[in-house]
Amino acid sequence: MTNLRILATVATTAMLVAACSSASSAPSGMQASVGPGEGEVDLVIWTGYAENGSNDPAYDWVTPFQDATGCQVKTQDGTDSANMVQLMHTGNYDGVSASGDATLRLIAGGDVAPVNTDLIPNYANVFAGLKGQPHNTVNGVPYGVPHGRGANLLIYNTDTFTTAPTSWSVVWDSNSPAAGKISIYNSAIYIADAALYLSKHKADLGIKNPYELDEDQFNAAVDLLKQQNKIIGEYWSTATQQIESFSAGDMLAGTTWQYQVNQLTDAPVAATLPDEGSTGWSDTWMISAHAKHPNCMYKWMDWIISPKANAMATVWFGEAPVSKAACDEAEKLSPGHCDTFHATDEAYFSKIAYWNTPQKECGDDRGAVCKDFTDWTNAWTDITGS
Amino acid sequence: MTSAAFARPPGVRRRLAAFLYRHPRLQLRLLLAAPLAWVVVAYVGSLAVLFANAFWRLDSFTGKVVFEPTLDNFVTLFSTAVYRTLALRTVGMAVLVTATCIALAFPIAYYMARIASRRVRGLLVVAVLMPLWASYLVKVYAWRTMLLGHGVINWALAPFGLHGPGTGEVAIWLVFTYLWLPYMVLPIYAGLERIPGSLLEASSDLGARAGFTFRRVVLPLVLPAVVAGSIFTFSLTLGDYITPQLVSNTKLLGNAIYDALGVPNLPLAAAIASIPVVVIVAYLLVARRLGAFESL
Amino acid sequence: MRIGLRLATAVVLLFIYVPLLVIVVYAFNASRVQAWPIAGVSLEWFARAAADGSVRQAFLNSIIAASGATAIALVLGSMAALAVQRFAFFGREAVTFLVILPIALPGVVTGVALSATFQTLGIDFGLPTIIVGHATFCVVIAYNNVLARLRRTARSLEEASMDLGADTWQTFRHVFLPSLRTALLSGALLAFALSFDEVIVTNFTAGAGVDTVPLWVLSAIQRPNALPVVNVVATVLILLSVVPVYLAQRISGGETAGVTR
Repeated sequence: MTNLRILATVATTAMLVAACSSASSAPSGMQASVGPGEGEVDLVIWTGYAENGSNDPAYDWVTPFQDATGCQVKTQDGTDSANMVQLMHTGNYDGVSASGDATLRLIAGGDVAPVNTDLIPNYANVFAGLKGQPHNTVNGVPYGVPHGRGANLLIYNTDTFTTAPTSWSVVWDSNSPAAGKISIYNSAIYIADAALYLSKHKADLGIKNPYELDEDQFNAAVDLLKQQNKIIGEYWSTATQQIESFSAGDMLAGTTWQYQVNQLTDAPVAATLPDEGSTGWSDTWMISAHAKHPNCMYKWMDWIISPKANAMATVWFGEAPVSKAACDEAEKLSPGHCDTFHATDEAYFSKIAYWNTPQKECGDDRGAVCKDFTDWTNAWTDITGS
Repeated sequence: MTSAAFARPPGVRRRLAAFLYRHPRLQLRLLLAAPLAWVVVAYVGSLAVLFANAFWRLDSFTGKVVFEPTLDNFVTLFSTAVYRTLALRTVGMAVLVTATCIALAFPIAYYMARIASRRVRGLLVVAVLMPLWASYLVKVYAWRTMLLGHGVINWALAPFGLHGPGTGEVAIWLVFTYLWLPYMVLPIYAGLERIPGSLLEASSDLGARAGFTFRRVVLPLVLPAVVAGSIFTFSLTLGDYITPQLVSNTKLLGNAIYDALGVPNLPLAAAIASIPVVVIVAYLLVARRLGAFESL
Repeated sequence: MRIGLRLATAVVLLFIYVPLLVIVVYAFNASRVQAWPIAGVSLEWFARAAADGSVRQAFLNSIIAASGATAIALVLGSMAALAVQRFAFFGREAVTFLVILPIALPGVVTGVALSATFQTLGIDFGLPTIIVGHATFCVVIAYNNVLARLRRTARSLEEASMDLGADTWQTFRHVFLPSLRTALLSGALLAFALSFDEVIVTNFTAGAGVDTVPLWVLSAIQRPNALPVVNVVATVLILLSVVPVYLAQRISGGETAGVTR
């Protein structure tokens, strides 16, 4: 995915140009200044993205924010991307920590507003590889700030696989030693993993971007997934669910986040990034188009990418921080954190295709012939429901 | 009640009461106004708005709902095999769960209503009610833990060389049965308790054997209560999406609705949601014929 | 036959209580891994639960929401039941149907529909919207219980009261209400339990910053570390549930507890 970096550079340049011109040139719907806080900010979050110390007093990046800005943080945990889109669609919240499979849905649905990054001082320190990403940027206009990033890894039972598998084939192949005990993320976005695998193993399909699939490419991916359905042990929806089944030995291989692997210290389990590369995610803090407390939301977006807060948040959840400064802070909290999560390793992340929302418009010269997220969702229901 | 309560002189209150008594229609309107306003305006109104979506479509470029009447969503619904599969599986599961709940509820309800002493009966009612208070999610998770490889079920079966059902459709069936059982026991118990003992004695005096009395006297009298309970077990199964997600790798209709709402594709979600609505309406009509509404 | 029934009752009780027992045992588990048998006994999770202020707040919110929803449901349900039982009017059957509908429809449909309406009306989300949402599907329980009781109580008692000179209010307070007491009580108990345990509709009507116990659990089960604490909370809930059930029995004057109609 080297084109991602090119895109990122282009986007960054575009933003620099935007930054040089006056703030009044901000596109419509974009805030031009941040005033005093409104006293409250209502967030839809992934569990663990806004800790106030009640789970562990050492991890509290909400209370200092409240003290500094006077904005009381009120959160509601979204259970998955679908739930987050449902909740944001009610227009009842100021912001959301959206994963890439939700971001463009929110943008297309008009539920979130573009973000004026000039108003977010800490944005300047964010790694270039996390700016202007296709999943949260439309025509060079950013729709949020990153929270962190991570890869979808291959998890495997070390008793079954004595050496680390080098290919995703262990979750696709009917003859896999893990057949029948394969644990796969329960979301339509997983179709991209099939596409990514096909892009490496069936070159004639010509898949370049696993989120931009035309009819033939899409059908090939769906066929692969239907075949895989026969050897599936579970489609997991929450990390807890997968942790339980791997520690029980009920599952032997699958897709996972580093988070689960870190929790599974007592089980014979390890994770790896196979040669094909993988999909991954970079969650984005987005502001609602109907935000009742926009100033507090801007303050929150700045806060969450500030070095200390971001270090805490990413160490707590187990993902790569967004800036070098945050990385340094993270090392103090958990030595080795940045290496474990390849935080500064752009070569590593160049093998990762971040979650993105599929759209009708392919994004290249094929035109509007690609399968959109509705198609993906219907197909996913078909794959897992039959 | 003391006689003093009646001795108060007639006041406004009393005149109003008398007025109302003479105007029963007005009484009716006053009684119905609030509940109907609530249910119709707050609920049916919201539902109507949601279901109207089924006749609109989602523009795949903008992701916005286009307000042109169309049957596209229903065409998708009927032309896609998976929705048929899901509908059949879900309804089948609801029927199975309901039948199992009835089979399990009958003996305990009968024991409570007809055999147990007053004290034991009270205790049993509490015992059946108790699980309703342990959180739904916790109960589903407990079942998941029990069903997994290192769980208590395999542990208990291992000495016999047996294996538990693991996760899957059997697990869904077990967990639903577990979750909704109290909603079936209580109406059946109430229904059985209402049957006068003299009726059963009469039947046996007339020479009927226990089985015959049960089939010809008890069953018809308690049927409405069974149907009343089944409205809960049936409809709760139709709409659930969390349990299948946690204890199996299959899906039910609820999951499809949830996924469509997450696109967000309200039109398709509304169209899919119309399946359980139609099933439940049909079920309620049958239930009414069986007299379930009389004994709910 | 008696022995058979006794045996069947025992088996069903076993089916009901084994999972609850498992929850209680895991609450004392020394390990985070929920394997069987447990690794050892520990009170650590109880200490954690006690120290967690968010659990207490969620518990308080749940009690408020369930009480509010139950109260509304009782009033509306009784009124509707009275109308249906005492009057013949056009659309009488439809009332029954409308009242049942909220519980019969998938929770996610109800939740999305209600939240859209609140949004359109510009109502701020929070405890009041939760109460409205819960009351909507709790009405049916009060309605069922009261209706069943009305069918069984003779109207002659009220007529006697009126004949003796009592007015409608007095009859209502001294004759009618007492005859409904147990029905209302059992309805209240079930409605309270139903509201207390509602996840899906609450998810859509709560808004940010308001946790009820089920919402707290929903978020806690996504933290693998919190799973034992969830078991502790469930254990406490099971034990606490004795309180309302016991009170209900006392108030109903020893009449068969709970949910008789």
